[in-house]
Amino acid sequence: MLTAEDKKLIQQVWGKLGGAEEEVGAEALWRMFCSYPPTKTYFPHFDLSQGSDQIRGHGKKVACALGNAIKNLDNLSQALSELSNLHAYNLRWGRGGCSGGANPRFALQFLAQCLQVVLATRLGKDYTPEVHSAVDKFMSAVASVLAEKYR
Amino acid sequence: MVHWSAEEKQLIAGVWGKVSVEECGAEALARLLIVYPWTQRFFSNFGNLSSPTAIIGNPKVRAHGKKVLTSFGDAIKNLDNLKGTYSKLSELHCDKLHVDPENFRLLGDILIIVLAAHFTKDFTPACQATWQKLVGVVAHALAHKYH
Repeated sequence: MLTAEDKKLIQQVWGKLGGAEEEVGAEALWRMFCSYPPTKTYFPHFDLSQGSDQIRGHGKKVACALGNAIKNLDNLSQALSELSNLHAYNLRWGRGGCSGGANPRFALQFLAQCLQVVLATRLGKDYTPEVHSAVDKFMSAVASVLAEKYR
Repeated sequence: MVHWSAEEKQLIAGVWGKVSVEECGAEALARLLIVYPWTQRFFSNFGNLSSPTAIIGNPKVRAHGKKVLTSFGDAIKNLDNLKGTYSKLSELHCDKLHVDPENFRLLGDILIIVLAAHFTKDFTPACQATWQKLVGVVAHALAHKYH
């Protein structure tokens, strides 16, 4: 459960990105593909070379979705509802080019780790243990919501 | 046996050479106890773990963090024989300490985040990928003797 303090820290940390949210999204995806090559199987229809338009485009979508969730921390389920439906259908059954057969919790934990790494590289010592903890809880909550509609 | 390319060995050595084992170890262990509070149960004799500040300042946490990361250094010196290197520690964590190996994975991921915060943009995607592989095989080696 996100405490009031967690929510404040998450909003602060996102605020510190100063417009770089889309880059952060793209970099998190790129790092995920580098560190966890099997995650590429979810994007067989993408050009997965470094800096590709598709990675940048999808990174931007991810960042926007997270940004929206962060503005609505009191109602994540509602804020991510559409995305939950989309991921449930596309990732589970395969559609829109996606190969399907994905386990949402499993997949999203890798993205969560990479997002944390990107934030840590940008914030350095400002990525305190308290911030780390809050973001970890937040990404866990996001993964839970996105997996809600799977079955 | 895990294969390490010359580039991977370079990325490991390059980072490790610049790490303060004491600082980094203390930081990683403190974060484990803060971010995943259930892990505190393995350290019930460490005294005050009541808040992030208490954990970070706790001398037993610092000392044990240093011990853990020093052991990690042994792994790095023995990349071609991780299972052998960690055989005894694996038995210890299973038979005496009763630690769920999932926690090794958690600590590994936390170590990566500590390195990322420390090295900032020098902790490149290639660097992260190599270190994720390393923490993964270390966790695997530590779990190897579980029964």
